[in-house]
Amino acid sequence: MDGSSIEVRNLTKRYHHVTAVDDVSFKVAHGEVVGFLGPNGAGKSTTIRILCGLIPATSGIARIGGLSVATRIEEVKRLIGYMPENNPLPEDMRVLEYLRYRARLKEIPTKRLKTRLEEVLDLCDLNQKIRNKVIGTLSKGYRQRIGIADAILAEPKVIIMDEPTIGLDPHQIIAIRDLIESFRGKMAVIISSHMLAEVELSCDRVIIINQGRIVASGTAESLRKEFINKYTYKATLKGGLENLGQLLRDIDPNMTWSPMGKPDKNGFINITLSTPQREDLSEQIMAWFQRQPDMSLRSFNRVESSLEDIFLSATRRSWKEVLPSTKSRDNNTNQESS
Amino acid sequence: MRPSVMKHFFSLLHHELRALLIAPSTYAAGVLFLVLMGWIYWKILLQYSLEPQEGLPASMFFQLFWLPVFFVVPLLTMKSVAEERRTGTLETLMTTPVTALEVIASKFFAAYLFYCFLWLLTLGFPWLVSLSLDSPATGSHLMDRGALLGGYSFVAVSGLLFIAVGIFSSSLTRSQFVAAMLSFCILFIIIIGMRELQEESLAWFPWLGEILNIVQVFKHLEDFSLGVIDTRPFFFYICNSAMVLGLAVLIVEAKT
Repeated sequence: MDGSSIEVRNLTKRYHHVTAVDDVSFKVAHGEVVGFLGPNGAGKSTTIRILCGLIPATSGIARIGGLSVATRIEEVKRLIGYMPENNPLPEDMRVLEYLRYRARLKEIPTKRLKTRLEEVLDLCDLNQKIRNKVIGTLSKGYRQRIGIADAILAEPKVIIMDEPTIGLDPHQIIAIRDLIESFRGKMAVIISSHMLAEVELSCDRVIIINQGRIVASGTAESLRKEFINKYTYKATLKGGLENLGQLLRDIDPNMTWSPMGKPDKNGFINITLSTPQREDLSEQIMAWFQRQPDMSLRSFNRVESSLEDIFLSATRRSWKEVLPSTKSRDNNTNQESS
Repeated sequence: MRPSVMKHFFSLLHHELRALLIAPSTYAAGVLFLVLMGWIYWKILLQYSLEPQEGLPASMFFQLFWLPVFFVVPLLTMKSVAEERRTGTLETLMTTPVTALEVIASKFFAAYLFYCFLWLLTLGFPWLVSLSLDSPATGSHLMDRGALLGGYSFVAVSGLLFIAVGIFSSSLTRSQFVAAMLSFCILFIIIIGMRELQEESLAWFPWLGEILNIVQVFKHLEDFSLGVIDTRPFFFYICNSAMVLGLAVLIVEAKT
């Protein structure tokens, strides 16, 4: 035990011949917010369900707060706050009534129950008017807040949220993001999501899973270094485009450029410059533009690769790694059958 | 620290009773039950008024216990686990420190209490009729303590198994409709199927007929009505209810 709130080691889950989770290992420290990314069917929900003790793993170790999920599930359940995908709630209960019921199940002492409920309702911005409403009549945003309020009710060491911002409007997403921000440093949080921008904004670290395997893990910055081999700059300029390629090669021989659309009514055109060089060349490029007498520069900036690019690159790489082995396996099978 | 086995049972039971009280299917079951039983009781009284009958009206009334069982039990239990599984609330429930045993036990007792409550309401039929009659002899005939006690004891004991079957059926599927059909079929086999099998086997394999007689629900009713308190039916219903509920617990643990 090294102080990690969540420790997953060589976790595997097989359903007959399908491997849903394949030798997955990761750790989440106390107070850390980690994003769990992956396409549909990647194994995110299966991993989360194993961590919550809902399904058993085929092999491997999962520990929450140092306790094994497989052997001490009753104690592990007291350390977890879980909000499943789609956040199922009883439609016919009132908000306060539901949270009181959940608090009793989560063994919050009767003396503390009222105070804790008030704290949680305030934290999740569920005001007096909403508290007495029937859950079935509330909007998706409020329902998500109720789900999060339920997850944090017993002050768990670990919070696991499956798609907490799915189906929300931008205002609601900001509210949920602020809420998640308030957990930072207090508890370990795992957020499974498809919304890459959301994960980048809310999480300290990202774990990308594809076909049941972790294909990338680290901060957004470290993943950029690992997976992005093309750096882009954007510029809006006028004139001197015919010699641009040749001249840019003075700065970086591998740099290429391409126009984006047509020039506007003043003759300015947007262009992108791409280079495999990681080093920031902004200053050199801008100085070079300014030296050109027939060229007028209106804007210039370096484009940071989004998590989406990293995600696509990481999952593409994992597909490439899997496909040759699948092909060779298929060939072997064909040879055997022939 | 080892958690106590049924720590959350009363919280869950309270929640289940509340859920039953606000579910439309509960009221559908209640109304159908009381209308049907009221009609049956009226028909029995009509027969008694036309010609002398053997036995008491209460004994005759309980002979038809199976009629409401076939629809009340599925209506009361079909939603219990199936609906929670369909909506996903079973998953959130199972991530709290509650156990599958507590979940199933709370659902079972909530439905069982309501089932017994519905049957107790039928006590109003003979009571109201005896109040409206001038003859105290007929009134006491209707309110015969032995027949009523025997009948209601049988309903209470056999109800354990019938409700357990309903909860078990609901735990097998996500669909309330499938759960209701399944519990109807199992109850039909237990109540009617066993009687037919026993009658048929008596002609072909008398030894099998004798064995099946022990698990015959109508035989148990007859014993209870005559005031024969045998431990075997108690043992039969309690053990089988425990077994069926145990299966439901295993299913919830395996299929959350």
